Amino acid sequence: MKFSLGPILYYWEKAKVEAFYRDAAESEADVVYLGETVCSKRRELKLSDYMKLAHNLREAGKEVVLSTMTLLESPADLRELRRYCENGEFHLEANDVGAIELLRAQGLGFVAGSAINCYNAQTLQRLLSLGMRRWLVPVELSRDWLSQILSVPEIQALRHTFEVEVLGFGHLPLAWSARCFTARSYNKPKDDCGLCCIHHPEGRPVHNLEGLRVFTLNGVQTLSGSRNNLVNDLPGMTGLVDVVRLSPEPESTFEWLRKFYAADRWGRRQALAPGDINGYWHKVEGIRLLDEPLGEL
Amino acid sequence: MELLCPAGSLHALKAALKEGADAVYVGLRNKTNARRFAGLNLDFDGIKAAADEAHRQDRRLYVAINTFAHPSDWHQWQRAVDDSVRAGADVLIIADLAVLGYAAETYPQVPRHLSVQASATNAAAIDFYRRLYGVSRVVLPRVLSMQQVTALAQTVDAELEVFAFGSLCIMAEGRCYLSSYLTGESPNNSGACSPAQFVRWEESDKGLHSRLNGYLIDSFQEHETAGYPTLCKGRFTVDDHSYHVLEEPTSLNTLGLLPELYQQGIKSVKIEGRQRSPAYVRQVTRIWRAALDRLLADPEAYAVEAEWQRALSTLSEGSQTTLGAYHRSWR
Repeated sequence: MKFSLGPILYYWEKAKVEAFYRDAAESEADVVYLGETVCSKRRELKLSDYMKLAHNLREAGKEVVLSTMTLLESPADLRELRRYCENGEFHLEANDVGAIELLRAQGLGFVAGSAINCYNAQTLQRLLSLGMRRWLVPVELSRDWLSQILSVPEIQALRHTFEVEVLGFGHLPLAWSARCFTARSYNKPKDDCGLCCIHHPEGRPVHNLEGLRVFTLNGVQTLSGSRNNLVNDLPGMTGLVDVVRLSPEPESTFEWLRKFYAADRWGRRQALAPGDINGYWHKVEGIRLLDEPLGEL
Repeated sequence: MELLCPAGSLHALKAALKEGADAVYVGLRNKTNARRFAGLNLDFDGIKAAADEAHRQDRRLYVAINTFAHPSDWHQWQRAVDDSVRAGADVLIIADLAVLGYAAETYPQVPRHLSVQASATNAAAIDFYRRLYGVSRVVLPRVLSMQQVTALAQTVDAELEVFAFGSLCIMAEGRCYLSSYLTGESPNNSGACSPAQFVRWEESDKGLHSRLNGYLIDSFQEHETAGYPTLCKGRFTVDDHSYHVLEEPTSLNTLGLLPELYQQGIKSVKIEGRQRSPAYVRQVTRIWRAALDRLLADPEAYAVEAEWQRALSTLSEGSQTTLGAYHRSWR
């Protein structure tokens, strides 16, 4: 199994981002995704900064992929996307069909992000014909759904041409909006948000009226309230999944990366943190945790 | 500019046609439909009857096949395309890339509109669907501002359709999994958001509770109007402060924007609500027909009548309306 670090979904200060990627360079990660995928107003790092980080990570032996904006609304968003797509060195993760269009037109391969709606073998086949090299499975799909898609003979025949990646760790991106919910939580309009996301390196927790953590506000993006954690589900991924993605959290990402690595190499079962979930993978609502019996490992 | 109205039944279709809809959109009674509610929608014969009725009155029938095909059931989506064409649909509204491809290759003569569920918010995405699948029209997600709609209208070749009235989806459609996060079912994987079978109402000493799959979504005091527990309109807590964290229970109403939309060359204004009653469709269509007639007769002299707004607000969720993302201040 290969492990990847997804793009940082939260808004962190530049120094924190740089420190994170220094650790990433030393880590067990095989693949590192870089770039701003949530909000175009977040400008702690520019594309040129990401390119510097990308070079360092490549020198450290990592496969580097630039990840692109998910909700592209304005002509300026599209211009920035074009700059990413024309970087000339690194592969791209397309998080919107618009990115696929730009890359396809240049004859470049791409990673299809989880917000690209690929729910069946026929769509997967079309994405492959357009140059997809790796497929990050939509967050709400289960192991069962994935395995049905991959068992289709036409896909089996192409299976060596692409990799399958699953979001194995971190808060799950569940929705994108024109509205900024973090700004709203400060009673500020989006146009005058004061970049308040920067005060919330792990997003703003949202509970229901009974105190259950349901969501996490991350600007225009809504994340799951709980952390998805498939560390003990790795055995069930054999033969289906090639890359497991860990989405950067402000604390303990690398500690968990080591646990994933240990679980994969030595079959070591890990104790989950309270509140961790894995429901989607097990074909139930995402918010639940289904614990596999110990005997299965 | 076309007035496009919803119908979840033949009664609603007839009401929409009677009140002056230029075109009506419907869906099949199966998983291919993103408005899958018990007792609603049409089977093959229903689609055929709807197409015949629309054509008899010289109007058009659109069929929405706007969910994403399941891996075990691809043929159901193929059949939805085949049946809709055979029944006489004038247009197919499609979200899934593979279903679009199938329709384009098998029935190139039947126009394809890109469903809002495909979430095409920018010129590059629209180019993609136009070039590869010959999509002639794109239904724009409700996340765009008027300024952004204008920018698109000036750059893309495809016709643009916008949501004009009805429920307000605040998330980019086709990219929202809030519903499956709490219930396992979402518009993308099951054709419904916050599905009715998961809803439970509960009286308690703290008020009326609405639950979705057991999770508390809102709690209403006696003086408050209890709304359907659509997840994004629930009341939650951030830092001990309880409020509508994502969106108030309001509806979209763009009557005031009609001249601008018209000026930008928007081809179609769409009324949301295939899940609504024929009476609702009748009233909303009547008002929007009157507004459009007024606009088309003399765009300069267009003004919204207070009576239209009053009537529409009584039909709206939470009895409040908003311009949504079209107006920047909402964002």
